[in-house]
Amino acid sequence: MVGIGFGRRSVLGGVAALAAPKVGRAQAEALKIGEINSYTAQPAFLQPYRQAWTLAVEQVNAAGGIHGRPLQTVHRDDAGKPEDAVRHAGELINSEKVVLLAGGFLSNVGLALGDFALQNKRLFVASEPLTDAIVWSKGNRYTFRLRASTYMQCAMLVEEAAKLPAKKWALVAPNYEYGQSAVRWFKELLKAAKPDVEFVAEQFPALGRIDAGATVQALAASSPEAIFNVTFGADLTNFVRQGATRGLFERRAVVSLLTGEPEYLDPLGDEAPEGWIVTGYPWDQINTPAHTLFRDAYRRRFNDYPRLGSVVGYDTVQAIAALLRKANTTETEKLVDAMKGLNFGSVFGDVSFRAQDHQSTMGAFVGKTVLRNGRGTMVDWRYADGAKYLPSDAVVQTLRPAG
Amino acid sequence: MENLLLQALNGLASASSLFLVASGLTVIFGVTRIVNFAHGSLYMLGAYLAFSIVTHLPRGHAGFWGGVLLAALAVGAIGALLELVLLRRIYRAPELFQLLATFGVVLVVQDLALLSWGAQDLLGPRAPGLRGSVELLGLRFPLYELVLIGIGPLVLGLLLLLFKCTRWGTLVRAATQDREMVGALGVNQRWLFTSVFFLGSLLAGLGGALQLPRESVNLHMDLAIITETFVVVVVGGLGSLPGAALAALLIGELHAFGILIFPKITLVLVFLVMAVVLVIRPRGLFGKAQVAQAAVASVAEPVLMRAPKQLKWLGLAALLGAAVAPAYLAGDYALIVLTDMAIAVLFAASLHFIMGPGGMASFGHAAYFGIGAYGAALLAKWFAAPMVPALLAAPLCAGLAGALFGFFCVRLSGVYSAMLTLAFAQIAWSIAFQWVELTGGDNGILGVWPDAWATKLHYYWLTLGLSAAGTLLLRRMAMSPFGYALRAQRDNALRAEAIGIGGFEFRWVAFVLAAAFAGVAGGLFAFAKGSVFPTALDIPRSVDALLMVLLGGVQTLAGPILGALAFTGLHEQLVRATDYWRLVLGGVILLLVLAFPQGLAGAVRQWWESKGRA
Repeated sequence: MVGIGFGRRSVLGGVAALAAPKVGRAQAEALKIGEINSYTAQPAFLQPYRQAWTLAVEQVNAAGGIHGRPLQTVHRDDAGKPEDAVRHAGELINSEKVVLLAGGFLSNVGLALGDFALQNKRLFVASEPLTDAIVWSKGNRYTFRLRASTYMQCAMLVEEAAKLPAKKWALVAPNYEYGQSAVRWFKELLKAAKPDVEFVAEQFPALGRIDAGATVQALAASSPEAIFNVTFGADLTNFVRQGATRGLFERRAVVSLLTGEPEYLDPLGDEAPEGWIVTGYPWDQINTPAHTLFRDAYRRRFNDYPRLGSVVGYDTVQAIAALLRKANTTETEKLVDAMKGLNFGSVFGDVSFRAQDHQSTMGAFVGKTVLRNGRGTMVDWRYADGAKYLPSDAVVQTLRPAG
Repeated sequence: MENLLLQALNGLASASSLFLVASGLTVIFGVTRIVNFAHGSLYMLGAYLAFSIVTHLPRGHAGFWGGVLLAALAVGAIGALLELVLLRRIYRAPELFQLLATFGVVLVVQDLALLSWGAQDLLGPRAPGLRGSVELLGLRFPLYELVLIGIGPLVLGLLLLLFKCTRWGTLVRAATQDREMVGALGVNQRWLFTSVFFLGSLLAGLGGALQLPRESVNLHMDLAIITETFVVVVVGGLGSLPGAALAALLIGELHAFGILIFPKITLVLVFLVMAVVLVIRPRGLFGKAQVAQAAVASVAEPVLMRAPKQLKWLGLAALLGAAVAPAYLAGDYALIVLTDMAIAVLFAASLHFIMGPGGMASFGHAAYFGIGAYGAALLAKWFAAPMVPALLAAPLCAGLAGALFGFFCVRLSGVYSAMLTLAFAQIAWSIAFQWVELTGGDNGILGVWPDAWATKLHYYWLTLGLSAAGTLLLRRMAMSPFGYALRAQRDNALRAEAIGIGGFEFRWVAFVLAAAFAGVAGGLFAFAKGSVFPTALDIPRSVDALLMVLLGGVQTLAGPILGALAFTGLHEQLVRATDYWRLVLGGVILLLVLAFPQGLAGAVRQWWESKGRA
């Protein structure tokens, strides 16, 4: 694990050289992509993301680029601040003359960039931000999003939660938009699927500053039959440690968002919880041809296994490459039209960007956590296709302004 | 009932962890008067070092506890080294200047930790023999938490013994009370300061290392702990160990029970506690008036002088240059950066007005910037107001908030006053964050773009004009009779009072003015970015403003302007140039701090004056 930090230096050192067009191809002008992300604020997710991004660009270029033109990426770090992201977006468009913008990890950064895209009439392919607002309430003509949203992942989990006998639920979520909407959707959808459930406790620790002992105790005091968890990262680790020592998870079902992702499961080591129903990414067990190819290439290139961030970074490039191939232009309006309904081969299989709300149909894996060889992984998993976990078109229309 | 009792124990465990870190900070502050922003970084280093050492030592009691102690000692040594090579050189700099240096350390440590330990969170081993839990009142409680509850009071007891029963402790207590007198009596202060830094850092490292069995070790630990630690120290009374212990207990327990009633209280609880305590007790729970402070205050700051003719011409030329620059610089991006810089200049100048002439530091100046931004954005969003009226609303909203918050803040002095501004800023921030229906919460307000008539160039000129006018107006006020009175009460409150200059009124008015001008900057910011998020009034923005003022030099009126230009310029260039911009920016800040302890503008002035004498 310690090696990753050192590994990145050499990788990043190589990015500039690799991203630049080869001398031999200098005649064909590179297609520039502007990519903005919170690299210094969220390195655990974004280092694997950036590595896979680099890999994907290399592969596209090795295969002859887009209609003979190589791809080139200009990366920028917004340090988690939306205002910095907007400044970078201005620079990338005006100085670097990028064809389109991509990236975003935090929801507020994604929304700020989406609004910038609308104002400046540029295409923005949001890779990671999970907020539903980015395609629904604040959706616009120029913004598309790859990752399965908060709503979609909640819907996947509710399907499993509704099968449980539990009626009394306690919820814990980080106190910001993602946590609040996850709790809202979970309650709404579960109540609809199973009207006799009740929600006996809610805890909203501040993001990154959970007081795990007190939070666990507060949840236990309401003696729920099941728990829905939205915390992730350091909050999750601390929550799991305190909860396990205090027996919070014994004889209780736990349903947990994102916990099956290696980013959040691996730090837990041999203390990873067992039997939690989660969304995630069992990278070592997915043996579809597309995924195997990706996994092998990633391991060869970086001597490390892919995280979910890697898939998101890789597939964002795949989507952009497919778009540029299909549209064969750099005009924004034509790109936007081509992006609607765009189909591309993702690591998880075929995915398309829905014309009605610009959300991709990329799904997630739903399964149970288990300990194997001293580390957490997923069993009994299945791929939940994102297309099946979105509201009907009529509902989407009410959620989204026209455009 | 059982649940409530256990919840009280949970509160004790958190209080104990918090106290360990806070005790180090309060000891350091008590003696050196340094607002050590890097204390959180030392805490984080303690956790990381403990992780590395414990995982390399053989398992068992000796391996674990030995590793924790080794890590704490190592962090103590790092702290002592920081004092020796960095802080020792800048004790004579203006108040709070050392904060700038410690902030440089924070940036450097963030990237060094990333490089050394990687991005992934690390889960340390549990304490041997303390993995499990005990049954208390039929509920399970982790053994390690029980041990932690014991360690806090144990450390407190040892520290009190150390301070009461050793010669060194006596000297530290004496220095906490009156530093100058201790020096006058022939005590080697240098050695005393280094040793205090060693002890304080060791405590921070110990606090971090002891979290190993509880929490994951990660790169966000430094900033997650630092504000809370400051709150504990200030609520307890600066330099007071029993005060810090009581404050930690208060916050730990209020938090443990608070979340039972208001699950979302974590966001703002510590700041509510701090605001209430400081309004009732202006020096915290156990704080004492410092003899030394009165002595320092009688040394007047350098007199502000009218700008020499050459500087006036230079300023005018720079302004004209800035106005016509877009014609010569290619592209819209230059406009964006210039707009950002103009906003930063006005924001820094407004903070400087209360910090320099007013003599009151603010750790929460972003509140007025952010309230201005939100005022303009809310008007534009909910009432579809055009840009100009929305911009007019910005200083109004910020000024009103400044009048309300300032009424309480200006009664206090020094770090207490600065921390109260921080408390109010965080309360304002949490409202912006939590009142989703009105403010959109952390998803912010989108679509706040300038009116159609204002192209990017027009908007830049508008920003430049308002920024220049605002900065010049602030300058004019500092030179006016009002400014003289303001400086008089700063330099010697007692004498000022004797000639009929009431400190409170002048400080209050100055505070409101500074808030209003920060509001203008905030309003301009909202339309420049097109969206407003709670980050507009969050701590990092307050820190940015402080850095700009300190970097430029607090004792000159040109300081904030130079500081804002240097800081935004450096940041903008470095972020694009390297992935490790924090490391480089932190390093540059450290070099500047060592080279120009009077700030950039202060250095220029010194050079100018020495030339004049020659």
